[in-house]
Amino acid sequence: MTTRVGVVVFPGSNCEHDAAEAVSGLGGEAELLWHDEATLRGVDGVVLPGGFAHGDYLRTGAIARFSPVMGAVADFARSGGPVLGICNGFQILTEAGLLPGALQKNRGLKFLCTTVELRVETIASVLSSLATAGARLRVPINHFEGAYTCDPAALEELRAEDRVVLRYVDNPNGSLDDIAGVCSRARNVVGLMPHPERACDALLGSADGAVLVRSFLSACAAWAPPGPLSPASAARPRV
Amino acid sequence: MTTFDVLVEVSLRAGIADPQGATVERSLPRLGFAEVHGVRMGKAIRFTIDAPDEEAARMRVEELCRRFLTNPVLEDATVSVEPAREGAHR
Repeated sequence: MTTRVGVVVFPGSNCEHDAAEAVSGLGGEAELLWHDEATLRGVDGVVLPGGFAHGDYLRTGAIARFSPVMGAVADFARSGGPVLGICNGFQILTEAGLLPGALQKNRGLKFLCTTVELRVETIASVLSSLATAGARLRVPINHFEGAYTCDPAALEELRAEDRVVLRYVDNPNGSLDDIAGVCSRARNVVGLMPHPERACDALLGSADGAVLVRSFLSACAAWAPPGPLSPASAARPRV
Repeated sequence: MTTFDVLVEVSLRAGIADPQGATVERSLPRLGFAEVHGVRMGKAIRFTIDAPDEEAARMRVEELCRRFLTNPVLEDATVSVEPAREGAHR
C-alpha cells in the first residue's frame, strides 16, 4: 500500500505543493488537508509546510496553533505518528508545544533566501534515519524568523537527549547552538527551518534533502496506529 | 457587567536579543539622538473586556496573555485595565 502523507494547508501556507511534490516524487502519496477540518483522514504521516499561516499575525504560528486540524495533529503526534514541520511548520509546532523553544527574528534582521550546509547530528529521528551521522547536506533556507531560541534548561535537555537533529555548519541566522532542527522526546515529531523538500532533485540545485524526505516516508510507512482496530482497514478510513 | 479598557504591552524578555531595537538604537546618533539608550521593540494590543469587576477582568486578560498573546519562551506582558471611557473603541 502506498504511504499516504497529509500536508496541512493553512490560509497563507505557500510550500504545500513543494512538500507534496517531494513526497510523490519519492514514491509516497500526498494529500492536502485543509486546516479547518479536525481530521487527518487516516494518513500515515503529517507535514506542516512553510509559508505564513494566518498571515503570521500576532506571532508566527500563534493563530495556526488554534486551527481545528491542530488538535488532530497533536493527538496523532502523541500516539507516535510521524509529524514534520518545515519552516513555518516548525514555528507552528513550537507554538503548539509539540516541540520546545521558539523561533525569533534572524540576527542581522535580514530575510534569508540562500542555500546552507547542514550537519546531520543524529539519525535517531523520523527525518534522519536513512542519513549518515556527521553527513553534510546542502539545503535551502527561506525565512525571516528562523533564529532558534530556548531557555538554558531546555537546551541542556535537547543536548543530553541527543534531540538536535540538524545543525548549521555556518550559522546564518543566530540560532542558539547552531540549531537548525530538533525532535520531540519520542523522536517522531521533527521541526526544522531549512527546506529539504526543495532539495530533492539535482535540477533544483541539490538533491541532498531527498535522504531526509525518504527517511520521513519510511517512518510513515512503518508507523501503525495504536488501538484495538486493525491498521489495515477500519483505522484508516478513506474519506 | 462592566466594560474595561485593556492595554497589553508585549515585550521581549530580558536576555532575549532584540535585533530590531538594536538596529533602531544604532541609527539614532546619526539623527542627533546619541543620548537615547536601551531601545526595546514590542507590541501594544488594545481591546475592551466585559467583566463583573476590575480584578476579574485582569485575571481573564492575564490568562489570555499566557495562552495566546505572548509566547512565554520569548516574551513578557504588562497589563493595564481601567473602566472604559464612554464611546471609546466603539
